Amino acid sequence: MPASLTELKPGQVGEIVSIDCGRSMSRRLMEMGLLPGTRVRVVRAAPLGDPLELRLRDYSLSVRRSEADRIAVRPEGRA
Amino acid sequence: MTGDTSPPQVLIAGNPNCGKSTLFNAISGGSAHVGNYPGVTVDRTTAPLDLASGRIELVDVPGMYSLTASSPEEQLAVSALLERGTRAVVCVVDATTLQRGLYLTLQLIESGVPVVVALNMMDAADRLGLRIDAECLSARLGAPVVPVVATKRLGLDALRSALDAVLAKSPPAPPKIEYPRALEDDIAALSPVVAEWRPSASTTELRAFALWCMLSLGDDSLIGVPSSVREAASRIRARAVEAGRDPDLEIVSSRYRWLDAAVAAASSDLQNEAPLSERIDRVLTHPVAGLLIFAVVMFGIFEALFAGAEPFMGAIESLTAFLQGQATALLPAGILRDLIVQGVIAGVGNVIVFAPQILMLFLFVGFLEDSGYLARVAFVIDRPMKAVGLHGKAFVPLLSGFACAVPAVMGTRTIERRRDRLVTMLALPLMSCSARLPIFILVVGTVFAGESVGWFSAGAVALFSMYTLSVLVTLGAAAAIRRTVLPGPTPTFVLEMPPYRWPSARILWINAWRRLRIFLVDAGTIILAMTIVLWAFLSFPKSEEITAHYEVERDRIERLALPDGQEDEALRLLSGQEARAQLEQSLGGRFGHAIEPVLRPIGFDWQIGVGIIGAFAAREVFVSTLGVVFGIGEADEENKPLRQALQDAKHSDGTPVMTPLSGLSLMVFFLLACQCMSTIAVVKRESGSWKWPAFLFTYMTVLAYVASLIVYQGGQLLGFV
Repeated sequence: MPASLTELKPGQVGEIVSIDCGRSMSRRLMEMGLLPGTRVRVVRAAPLGDPLELRLRDYSLSVRRSEADRIAVRPEGRA
Repeated sequence: MTGDTSPPQVLIAGNPNCGKSTLFNAISGGSAHVGNYPGVTVDRTTAPLDLASGRIELVDVPGMYSLTASSPEEQLAVSALLERGTRAVVCVVDATTLQRGLYLTLQLIESGVPVVVALNMMDAADRLGLRIDAECLSARLGAPVVPVVATKRLGLDALRSALDAVLAKSPPAPPKIEYPRALEDDIAALSPVVAEWRPSASTTELRAFALWCMLSLGDDSLIGVPSSVREAASRIRARAVEAGRDPDLEIVSSRYRWLDAAVAAASSDLQNEAPLSERIDRVLTHPVAGLLIFAVVMFGIFEALFAGAEPFMGAIESLTAFLQGQATALLPAGILRDLIVQGVIAGVGNVIVFAPQILMLFLFVGFLEDSGYLARVAFVIDRPMKAVGLHGKAFVPLLSGFACAVPAVMGTRTIERRRDRLVTMLALPLMSCSARLPIFILVVGTVFAGESVGWFSAGAVALFSMYTLSVLVTLGAAAAIRRTVLPGPTPTFVLEMPPYRWPSARILWINAWRRLRIFLVDAGTIILAMTIVLWAFLSFPKSEEITAHYEVERDRIERLALPDGQEDEALRLLSGQEARAQLEQSLGGRFGHAIEPVLRPIGFDWQIGVGIIGAFAAREVFVSTLGVVFGIGEADEENKPLRQALQDAKHSDGTPVMTPLSGLSLMVFFLLACQCMSTIAVVKRESGSWKWPAFLFTYMTVLAYVASLIVYQGGQLLGFV
């Protein structure tokens, strides 16, 4: 059952299932390598709770919760 | 067209943070020229480069992740590619994050332009134990791949000869990327329409263009795309979406699938799950320690701008005054001397006085940006900034606004999107800059001396209120501008957090110096011209009658044969009065009288009005202009006679001009009004048109007037004086 990226705990890894952030934002994220099938680790949330820091394809990317909410992932390490 | 003798262009492109500018500076040896792309204010940095095959012009295009565009700014790189004369592209790729950098490379190669890949940061890749087979990668891409270390100037010769080689022959066909069948049909359907737009394009170029249109067109604001292409692209898209497909996803994921295979074949696996930067960030973005360090760093910037630049600015001001004194002594009295002393020397001084703050801010911001901490600043502070519709990166410019709007406006360059940058630029002049302080001090010392509010002195309360008000109004203005003049969604925040790196002092210096030079040339000319105009406005016409009258008076005093001290004092008083009389009947003085009916409702008289006109040069000039208006001569904000004169000033009906209420109104006016021609000049330079500074001046002046009106009239209604 896919979860949203915001539901992952810091340190947890998930595989992207779908991105539904509106066309231009989705396209931007995809072109930066965040695609269905890509493994993403949630590194941490900013000190004030938002945005989130993600690790994918050997680099770190920061996105807001409002976007992360609309990215569906399949969490790893769960049955 | 033939007969074009300009050298062939080679673009240098790459992702943000890939070391592109470092490589550009390394290869061009710092001989860069900074211009502007027509229409948009993105720097166009170019440098001549001598290759074995002849001279080329190297063009540094802004950092980007893809050629896909939805705004004219993002279109820049694409237009630069299409420019006649672009012969090749050096695509800089960070070896430690290969796929993402190669995505851009692949797009470039697909477009049919000759590409050389500069595989940068090979030293960092080595440290991570990452091995990349450049030849294998080169064979896959069909473009030479040259390992380089830009910071250590390694691999530059190989890069030059690779560039020579690709310039000598036409590029091989781009690699075959497998797109889904349905998408191939879409491309085939779109190509004929694109061919009508670009009749001279090759098959490769047409295919690339069709792909670009599929990905870029739709919700864009691109310029120069014919409506036939738009309509065809949107028709094809709509059909695909109806069939349950997502063409964007198909294009991007097909490319990444190809890249993943190529990278897997050409490089070892990167085993780097928790890199050093991530461990550093455990501290630097820690909920407590991170916020503390953030506060300390921001305070450091603030302190440097506020206090650190002070001695240098003082020295420049003394030097200006010294030169003015020398010129006054050397030249015969007259209009020419006044023009040189009060127009030209003062104007040049007005420009150069900003140099220390600009250099410091850009060294600081450059350090934060190149080290990677600026991305963390945005990360840490984004949440509250988002609430008022600003980008996390707007924080440093806003904070700098407390010191001076001029370097702060220039500092908005770190914000990528034009709309976000403009909103920040138009709101930050409301931050209470250091030039407002002398006015506040003068007013507080004149009307609040000895008064108190509860336990606190009235002056301290007034000052504190001004700073609080300035922050609230700035944030409010940003939110209002975002909703009205520059409507658009809250700025998106998709920000790469680059690994921490130690910045090169040389690059920091080159960049800060470049920014300063742009300011001195572009904004400096405007400031100098405005200084001269303002001087003329407050000096002409000269009344012969007044000159003659005071000449007679001077003779009379000299004939009295007073003791030396007394005579000097009398002559000084007399020349103060003469300056006052000349000023009152100058254009500026008459204008002050003319606008008195407008100023009266906010509690000011014509003398304050003349002060406000003079203060357009810079806010602190208000104080010295008042010195002349009241016949005191040179005066600063601590000047006792000036405070006395202000306290004694009466309206024509005999009521005092300066009361606590009119004083407060005056402070609010100066807090909110755009009384600074240097801000106007720098906003013109940074926004690229006179439209934005005109808007800035108008909205701030109206805001200031209305706010002062509310303070003064409201205060009177409540029974204050």
